[in-house]
Amino acid sequence: MSLDKPYIDVPGTTIFDADMSRQGYHLNQFCMSLMKADNRARFKANERAYLDEWPMSEEQKKAVMARDLNRCIELGGNIYFLAKIGATDGKSFQQMAGSMTGMSEEEYRNMMVKGGRSIEGNRYTGEKK
Amino acid sequence: MARISASVYTSHIPAVGAALDLGKTAEPYWQPVFKGYDFSKQWLKEQKPDVIFLVYNDHANAFSLDIIPTFAIGTAPEFAVADEGWGPRPVPKVIGHPKLAGHIAQSVIQDDFDLTIVNKMDIDHGLTVPMSLMCGQPQAWPCPVIPFAVNVVQYPAPSGRRCYMLGKAIRKAIESYDEPLNVQIWGTGGMSHQLQGPRAGLINKEWDKVFLDRLIADPEGLSAMPHIDYVREAGSEGIELVMWLIARGAMNDVNGGKPPTVRHRFYHVPASNTAVGHLILENN
Repeated sequence: MSLDKPYIDVPGTTIFDADMSRQGYHLNQFCMSLMKADNRARFKANERAYLDEWPMSEEQKKAVMARDLNRCIELGGNIYFLAKIGATDGKSFQQMAGSMTGMSEEEYRNMMVKGGRSIEGNRYTGEKK
Repeated sequence: MARISASVYTSHIPAVGAALDLGKTAEPYWQPVFKGYDFSKQWLKEQKPDVIFLVYNDHANAFSLDIIPTFAIGTAPEFAVADEGWGPRPVPKVIGHPKLAGHIAQSVIQDDFDLTIVNKMDIDHGLTVPMSLMCGQPQAWPCPVIPFAVNVVQYPAPSGRRCYMLGKAIRKAIESYDEPLNVQIWGTGGMSHQLQGPRAGLINKEWDKVFLDRLIADPEGLSAMPHIDYVREAGSEGIELVMWLIARGAMNDVNGGKPPTVRHRFYHVPASNTAVGHLILENN
């Protein structure tokens, strides 16, 4: 029997389950390495060389270099790990989260100030907004 | 004997810690967030707990994907502040209570909850932000803290029911400890928020309000809520709220005693990506 995934019809959401974790193991462990200042410095000095030290897929490396967090998540990245790339770049969590929504930083910030993204129309994929 | 005098519930948003550390608390954006904790800081000073049992989740700081414990109890004499990628927060280290923590582990494990015992770990914003919100910026934290980390990084987190029952077992353990300690139990994380994907920024005020109401008046019923409801209604990271049920399960009323007094209730949107929720319940 495969994993029961009652969450696949939640729109715009990837649940970091055992399948994603397996796929993203090295990507996430690379992110974890950025908790050390020395590693952050080495990564910033030459991203490609640093990434090549990790047995990540080429797609994962490209997604990291492009700072495409949605793609990173699709490839098994978990947001709490990916946040360390943002921290290394000096980005806030709000800037990181906003970058995945297709909104500008200002639009996203304003949406949050106005009470955030509404749940209406956002419960199920294909739901009428 | 030791006793649990109160439970505290609060979000643990990292940006709140950053706002404090960078001296931004008086800015119009942050002012209403911190104002919600003015009462709480005074209250904590008056209560003078001997130990805080603090339930939180590690955000890929103490635990990588190498080891993912569902429930981990910190039994060390002290815990260093993690470098989460920005450098460690400029806050005091956390002093533990190894003797009480060891006692709780021994009791709770024999009550069928298979805890992971951790003698060395750094603590992250999940623990330090609640401390900052409740204590301000002291040179040292006012009392020892037992860190209790719950996995909410890799799905599935433990169920609400499991958390609630665990709270009861923790209470039983604390109450069988010989010293007359005043212990508080804190549940942290939440409220509604989603940090990832195109649905990031989700906030569900109505749902949060009902969650707070039910946590106070119907914790037993609330504990039956399945994961998918948290994910769908409160966002993928809203699942952190199961941790509040651990603290709630340790209160008198759900263990044959009287209902708690609601000393404080606060709710505000937004802090960064998240709805801030906060409750203080005192045992009677």
